[in-house]
Amino acid sequence: MNWVNAIAQGILLGGLYALFACGLSLLFGVVRVVNLAHGDFAVLAAYLALVVISTTHVPALLTFVIVAPLFAIFGYGVQRLIIQKSLDVSPLTTLLVTFGLSVVIQNLLLVVASADSHSFDLGSLISAALRVTPELSIGYVPLLIFLTAVVVLTGLQLFLSRSAMGRAIRASADDQEASSIAGVNTRHVFGIAAAIAFATVALAGLALGSSSSFDPSAGPARLVFAFEAVIIGGVGSLWGTLVGGIILGVAQAVGAQIDPSGGVLAGHLVFLAVLALRPQGLIRARLAI
Amino acid sequence: MLEVRNLTVRHGYLQALTDINLAVAPGETLAIIGANGAGKSTLLRSVIGLHRPSAGSILLDGRDITALPPHARVRVGIALVPEGRRLFPSLSVEENLLVGHASGRSGSWSVRAVYELFSWMGDRRREPTVHLSGGEQQAVAIGRALMANPQVLLLDELSLGLAPTMVRRIYGVLPELVQKGMAVLLVEQDVAQALRVADRFQCLLEGRTTLEGKPAEATTAKIEAAYFGLAGRSGPGSAA
Repeated sequence: MNWVNAIAQGILLGGLYALFACGLSLLFGVVRVVNLAHGDFAVLAAYLALVVISTTHVPALLTFVIVAPLFAIFGYGVQRLIIQKSLDVSPLTTLLVTFGLSVVIQNLLLVVASADSHSFDLGSLISAALRVTPELSIGYVPLLIFLTAVVVLTGLQLFLSRSAMGRAIRASADDQEASSIAGVNTRHVFGIAAAIAFATVALAGLALGSSSSFDPSAGPARLVFAFEAVIIGGVGSLWGTLVGGIILGVAQAVGAQIDPSGGVLAGHLVFLAVLALRPQGLIRARLAI
Repeated sequence: MLEVRNLTVRHGYLQALTDINLAVAPGETLAIIGANGAGKSTLLRSVIGLHRPSAGSILLDGRDITALPPHARVRVGIALVPEGRRLFPSLSVEENLLVGHASGRSGSWSVRAVYELFSWMGDRRREPTVHLSGGEQQAVAIGRALMANPQVLLLDELSLGLAPTMVRRIYGVLPELVQKGMAVLLVEQDVAQALRVADRFQCLLEGRTTLEGKPAEATTAKIEAAYFGLAGRSGPGSAA
């Protein structure tokens, strides 16, 4: 491994972090809910994909066709039936409720699927790589994940800025009461925002299962990385999550290059530096436009 | 026809409105006047559904809509221009108008019709609303409410923070709306302005109606008395 290679792998890793972070950012930006179970929902999606693979024999990389829509519906339900109810009580209640969901998901998975770690069987693809130069080779799986993140963020951005529902989502994020008196059913809009966030978290879970292994307790660590990507990039900015994810990924890869056990620590240090020097994040918040 | 029957609204221990009755017919303008804290805004917010009454009912064309949430009331034909305008800062002028059509209610109002009503607006449709002056923002807020094609238009403190000439210009669009058969229920601290445009008025004091009638028939003294609570109260201490 050399430096160029480390930076390249870091950038690609940033795509995975951005996939995790964009749903978190969307839910916080629109519904004002910090979903502490975000990482656990991703892990849940990965387990759901395992079930889909074993029952339908769909290739692992195509499970998103089934898992993402199911998670979107699931997300709408969770928002309307659980998160909205706690939001009506107080914003702090949502922290307790999503923390509770996190504990419940982890323990349910532990009971149902045991503590064994899993990963998707991608066959020969897992080690296939594009050899750019003798020193730099790019794995197909990380590249695919990075491109997925770019496609998801572009699609999300277009949806929010061009569609009527996207406009209603931005209006409700600006001023919930004003949008309700303009005729927007804000509870439904929040449900749709959650559905989108859950579809992206499902993709993040599939990306996790494709690129590394997961077990029932893998969620919280993912949540921390997603948080860091959101904060580094700027809360409420979709492209910021990609920038934040890439910076975090590069910091971790370069850190690991310096000291093999220092990768995660380097990521945290960069996160703390951004929090101290530029707490609003690198990209100006604009979920909008 | 909007009817409010025996409406009582509480904010916690405070009784904001007590036994309010009113009716506004199509093509009619009813002004609610009263001092700060008289319950004017609470009344409008209750009509649109932002406050739940503890007693009484709200009817539109005879249909009880008291249980409907705000967005559903917009769909049946009520729209509010809220106090402080409450535009969406991250949306452009045109997007603000389009959100007003979220209910999908059909009618003669469209983005183009709003641009005809306010001729400057079309040229600036792509600008964020924070670039606009207070009066221009108020116009966008009115346009957004019109986009819902309401039968009943609720106007909360249109004059707030605006220069007198701008207030007159904003109120200048009212006759055109009323002519089309819209019922207008407006709340205004500027009593003279309210009485100029209203067919009838109702004066609130501490959440109760103290005087109602037509502007031409009410004397200034009578209105002042109702406004400040100087008359109509029995018992000791009300000799003023």
